[in-house]
Amino acid sequence: MNKQEYSIHSEENQSAFRVGVKNGIPIGLGYLAVSFSLGIAAKTAGLTPIQGFVVSLFCMASAGEYVGFLSIAAGAAYIEIAISTLIANARYLLMSTAMSQRMKPELSIKHRLLMAFGITDELFGIAIARPGYLNPYYSYGAFLTSSIPWALGTSLGIIAGNLLPLRLVSAFSVALYGMFLAVIIPPARKDKIIAGLVVLSFAANYASTYLPFMKDMTDGTRTIILTVVISAVAAILFPKQTANKNTNKQSIVTQNCDSSATNKKEIQP
Amino acid sequence: MTQNVYIYIFIMAAVTYAIRVLPLTLIRKPIENQFIQSFLYYVPYVTLAVMTFPAIIHATQSPISGAIALIIGILVAWFGFDLFKVAITCCATVFIIEMFL
Repeated sequence: MNKQEYSIHSEENQSAFRVGVKNGIPIGLGYLAVSFSLGIAAKTAGLTPIQGFVVSLFCMASAGEYVGFLSIAAGAAYIEIAISTLIANARYLLMSTAMSQRMKPELSIKHRLLMAFGITDELFGIAIARPGYLNPYYSYGAFLTSSIPWALGTSLGIIAGNLLPLRLVSAFSVALYGMFLAVIIPPARKDKIIAGLVVLSFAANYASTYLPFMKDMTDGTRTIILTVVISAVAAILFPKQTANKNTNKQSIVTQNCDSSATNKKEIQP
Repeated sequence: MTQNVYIYIFIMAAVTYAIRVLPLTLIRKPIENQFIQSFLYYVPYVTLAVMTFPAIIHATQSPISGAIALIIGILVAWFGFDLFKVAITCCATVFIIEMFL
């Protein structure tokens, strides 16, 4: 095991860091718009711009922070804010587990502790779309350029509240969804099962907003329930082929390469 | 009962970090189980799809501009444009459509 492998002085890691920084910028721009509106919720909860900055830097989760701000505004019990944060962020448990399968097994605890901070929907999406083992420096680069606008946007939202024209806020607010589409559509074009799942997920979530029991749930709760149910059914009906133990890892890597082939030309330098 | 805002912030940060860090540090070996492998393979696509729709049509001032941004975004992503271009195209679509609404 080469000690230099995870050193910041390695040429390969520096280049991964630079690509991460570059890929983080569009995400950061989208975050700025979203966290601005999050800042308006934080203001309602009575948070100062600095408190909003701190929450966003350390939590970095749109739905999770939003339920947190609602709880603070309502003067909720501590246990209540803990549970609602847990539910709203439960999908990161799945993403973190998925990421653990793409880490070099020898990767040190220090890198794992740091990488955990940057698991958001988008940062997870761009990291997992890269072929092979995840490079921690890529994640650090992307975290740097996306977390600062995220935290800054929250502060600005608290300070500037409703100064931005409504039409501009409206336009910015879809940036996030555009990014989601850029992550899921190219693999869906290559893999009919993924395409079917995307359509099914759209339809199921839309239908669930009218279902008697599910319509009263928060978006975060609905997201986790639908994610678990649809992914589990898909895993039973369409298991990914794994020939034997030795080729398991290989086949995951290959699948990810294939599914991200369209992204690759843009994401890779 | 008055609650301390810093304790709220600490709880939010601690719970969020625990969720993210535990699998990453505790799972050190490849999961051999085919069901779990397949499940984890599908999770990111399903969760992002669920979060996109119908949220995108509620995010804008008018559901029509959100729906058109969704269609244009899918088309642009289909032809392999990168994250930033897809995101900006969706924003521009909403901005232009809402000038006429």
